[in-house]
Amino acid sequence: MNISKATAGETTVSAAARADARPIREGEPLLQVDNLGKHFPVTAGLLRRQVAAVKAVDGVSFSVHKGETLGVVGESGCGKSTTGRMIMRLLDPSFGRIVFEGRDITKMSQGRLRPLRRDLQMIFQDPYSSLNPRKTVGAIVGAPFRLQNIKTEQGVKKAVQDLLELVGLNPEHYNRYPHEFSGGQRQRIGIARTLALRPKLIVADEPVSALDVSVQAQVVNLMEDLQDELDLTYVVIAHDLSVVRHIADRVAVMYLGKIVELADRSDLYERPMHPYTNALLSAVPIPDPKDRGARTRIRLQGDVPSPLDPPPACRFHTRCWKAQEICKQVEPPLIELSPGHQAACHFPENTTVSATDEVSRAAVAPGAAPAPGEPPSGPAGTPPPGV
Amino acid sequence: MARRNTGGKHAAGLVDDVGAHVAGRTPPSAFLEVRDLRIHFPTDDGLVRSVDGLSFRLERGKTLGIVGESGSGKSVTSLGILGLHNRRNATVSGEIWLDGQELVHASPGDVRALRGRKMAMIFQDPLSAMHPFYTVGHQIVEAYRVHNDVSKRVARKHAIDMLGRVGIPKPDKRVDDYPHQFSGGMRQRAMIAMALSCDPELLIADEPTTALDVTVQAQILDLIRDLQQEFNSAVIMITHDLGVVAELSDDILVMYAGRCAEYASVDDAFHRPLHPYTWGLLGSMPRLDRERSERLMPIKGTPPSLINVPSGCAFHPRCAYGELNGGRSETERPELVEVEPGHKAACHLSLQQRREIWESEIRPKL
Repeated sequence: MNISKATAGETTVSAAARADARPIREGEPLLQVDNLGKHFPVTAGLLRRQVAAVKAVDGVSFSVHKGETLGVVGESGCGKSTTGRMIMRLLDPSFGRIVFEGRDITKMSQGRLRPLRRDLQMIFQDPYSSLNPRKTVGAIVGAPFRLQNIKTEQGVKKAVQDLLELVGLNPEHYNRYPHEFSGGQRQRIGIARTLALRPKLIVADEPVSALDVSVQAQVVNLMEDLQDELDLTYVVIAHDLSVVRHIADRVAVMYLGKIVELADRSDLYERPMHPYTNALLSAVPIPDPKDRGARTRIRLQGDVPSPLDPPPACRFHTRCWKAQEICKQVEPPLIELSPGHQAACHFPENTTVSATDEVSRAAVAPGAAPAPGEPPSGPAGTPPPGV
Repeated sequence: MARRNTGGKHAAGLVDDVGAHVAGRTPPSAFLEVRDLRIHFPTDDGLVRSVDGLSFRLERGKTLGIVGESGSGKSVTSLGILGLHNRRNATVSGEIWLDGQELVHASPGDVRALRGRKMAMIFQDPLSAMHPFYTVGHQIVEAYRVHNDVSKRVARKHAIDMLGRVGIPKPDKRVDDYPHQFSGGMRQRAMIAMALSCDPELLIADEPTTALDVTVQAQILDLIRDLQQEFNSAVIMITHDLGVVAELSDDILVMYAGRCAEYASVDDAFHRPLHPYTWGLLGSMPRLDRERSERLMPIKGTPPSLINVPSGCAFHPRCAYGELNGGRSETERPELVEVEPGHKAACHLSLQQRREIWESEIRPKL
């Protein structure tokens, strides 16, 4: 696979954009997201005046380093897909900053963004709707070369066939149409297209959730192999906690548009600090009948509140069994409670420090902060069994 | 049976089977017994053998988990039991006995009288299974009044009572809401309330939690378990999630290409499985309760088309151990054999071989 990137066919715009690209410095993240948010307006009436906003993402910050995989987990409606689409600039952020390779791409125009699309690619969830049914596999996987006007040494066809082979498909299927493939094979076609221009960062939005278990494992293994082989960086968005644990190096847990916890994989799964993370982990059914009844499951009450009108302060307080008065009044900041482990909670678990200390030190709510060791009480009532 | 593209051997066998079963029908002792159920759909492309000779039994108060990938025939099985398949384009043979009554050869009217009262179903997608035009209460009342000669007022009271039982807050208010006013988890609860409104003795749950978030899934599974204990119903849990099965089921039926690959108690299925496909399913899943494995062990290839089911053992093109018996699995279909009491598997490998492979190659890697 020899895809020469410096070709004569590039436009002046892209050449200019390439010119200010610089190699990232040692230790500098590949992607840096600061206080990113997206509010979708809700309009009503004749004048379509804005009456409310769906706060899909409400200020998230994280960074992704070269070669690592960041997993983003959360339930439906928590804003994980919106975050992914903003990183890709498929959605314009309402506020915040996205820095890719040291360049601010938050407000970059589509024209200036186009050359960057080589480095930023996406794997979509649904292998049925993300491939054009009227185009052959060759045309689909070859489209990036055409759009970016990139010449390859032995022609686009050879490059596409190499890509098909790379993702485990038969290169002779070049002229087939998507409907001739199974779900897992289609997802491989999507991955081949994503890899065509050798991107630096790949955002994968639920890459395996539409696939059968046996095929899901094939695609997960493929993504890991490709990462090793091509030195890829992934942001994997998924709702399946066991898949994320398998594939990610660091994991961010989102709830109602905010990151509530961000930590290394093993840290997060073994010593979750945020009660929501704890509840999520305990809710996953374990495929071992011996564990039946032995595990204490945290039963969360009710559903996720509407992002139209999220609860004030800590957004989880309406469902949290540890919630106290302070949780309704002061929003816990996402702070590092142990090295590399951030959580946003006044009463975190598996640790001795808490966000409350920080808050009371800042004297935001003097007197309102009870000691972290106090027994939990509050609107959520009695703690669930086993907690 | 006008259109078929694969050799006529199986189709001819099918006709013979029907004759044999009609001749010798005897009611079983089990609450639900399915004998050699076949549901085939003739299509322009060929005969789709969705269910191809499935047998199992289920007692009251027990839960059977049916596991399989998409297209393995698990949902068609449940539709066949309830008589909800399209009778015009499906050919059904075999026997389904529910509490002493045979359903395959019963009239549609007789089956309908049982539906709701004796057996009920929880569908995967509550949004498309509920009518958007009628209130949730109206739909529960309708189901209840079909089987019970009561006034609307009494039925409404019952509907409110059921919604309360499944954990809908303020049921007396929410009963007048439309399905779209409910969240996904609440809709699934309302669907369960509807299915349970006539105290069915057999409850079939077809992927009841697949569309739901994990915390809501936990709530719904708890609910199904609690209600089952209360009503002592028999439950068939259809899912692709082995975790859900391990939490709820007593027995497991692993389906592959319309047939039963393995049938076992939940303990045997997870700790002593005897079919390479079951091993494959277990190896494919990333697990939270184990040390993180460096690599998953997927099954190679993809699930087969039900029109061109592979010859011999349907799993042989994907099986890693097919060569061990000298190509026998490519030509000869393995029968479902009871290897231990209550544990059946359809595989040509000897029991000894399979035990060794499981202990030495599969189990250590899980």
